[in-house]
Amino acid sequence: MINEIIFMNGYGLYVWSAFVFTLLSFTSLFVVIKIQYTKERKKFITKFGTLNSERAAFARSQSINSEILSNISKI
Amino acid sequence: MIKYFEPSKIFSITSKAPKYVLFLFIIVLSIGLTEGLVLSPEDYKQSHSVRIMYVHVPAAWTTLGIFTAITFLSIIGYIFKIKNIFLISKSLAPSGFVFCIIALVTGSIWGKPTWGTWWAWDARITSMLILSLFYGMYLLAWRIYEKSDQIFKVTSLIAIIGIINVPIIKYSVDWWNTLHQPASINILSKSSIHSSMLFPLFIMTAAFVLFSLLIFLMKYNTELIKIKNKGLDRL
Repeated sequence: MINEIIFMNGYGLYVWSAFVFTLLSFTSLFVVIKIQYTKERKKFITKFGTLNSERAAFARSQSINSEILSNISKI
Repeated sequence: MIKYFEPSKIFSITSKAPKYVLFLFIIVLSIGLTEGLVLSPEDYKQSHSVRIMYVHVPAAWTTLGIFTAITFLSIIGYIFKIKNIFLISKSLAPSGFVFCIIALVTGSIWGKPTWGTWWAWDARITSMLILSLFYGMYLLAWRIYEKSDQIFKVTSLIAIIGIINVPIIKYSVDWWNTLHQPASINILSKSSIHSSMLFPLFIMTAAFVLFSLLIFLMKYNTELIKIKNKGLDRL
């Protein structure tokens, strides 16, 4: 049973390489997009920290800004 | 209607959705992989190599669907001048491009045991390669141009020209003599694939659609934060 799943009548190399390539592509794309997201979010938090209290209060009044700062937008 | 496309309204949903989509994707993918690699039967002609279909076909279907959606959104965005729609189509492109590459590579791997070659300048394969070039040009245009008007014009033009290729991909197997077999699954007529193979195929397609939704949500959130970063600079 296990041998059949691994070797697949001699087609195992083709089948497994196709599936592994697909899953690796999925993982790479996910990681790249996740890194971009984290980078932008960090940049936003840093910039937000440099605002004076008046500007920070104004920025916080926008719902998107509050959500970015909260943990809700984390995956 | 336009107010529903406001980033603040959309972000309140898109910021919460990825974790649920990721959870659902992992479940559906696990079922699809078990069905596709273990439980589904081998083909009487192609033996176990038919299992490559469970990644090749969903990738091809999804990439075609995404490109069609990008074109449709670009046209709507251009006519009604809604910037957020362009942002949505931009966020769809990365997964569409990766699926196109997956379809080409897994097709090449499937071609070796089935046709005896890794690559042939067959109508379907060549038209898929052209689609990947259109995806590449679309993504590149977003990086090259800086003025938003220019970006919207160029990306819409690329999508509109590229969409001509989509029916060519679909009907290439009927119009020309190709190595590919004619379509096995038709919406209007009975499918020539047995239900024991159709089930994992549809499950894997659902997994691919969920993954593209996940990447879309993450990319869209990133793009919105990028815009908000520029907004903070102006404060």
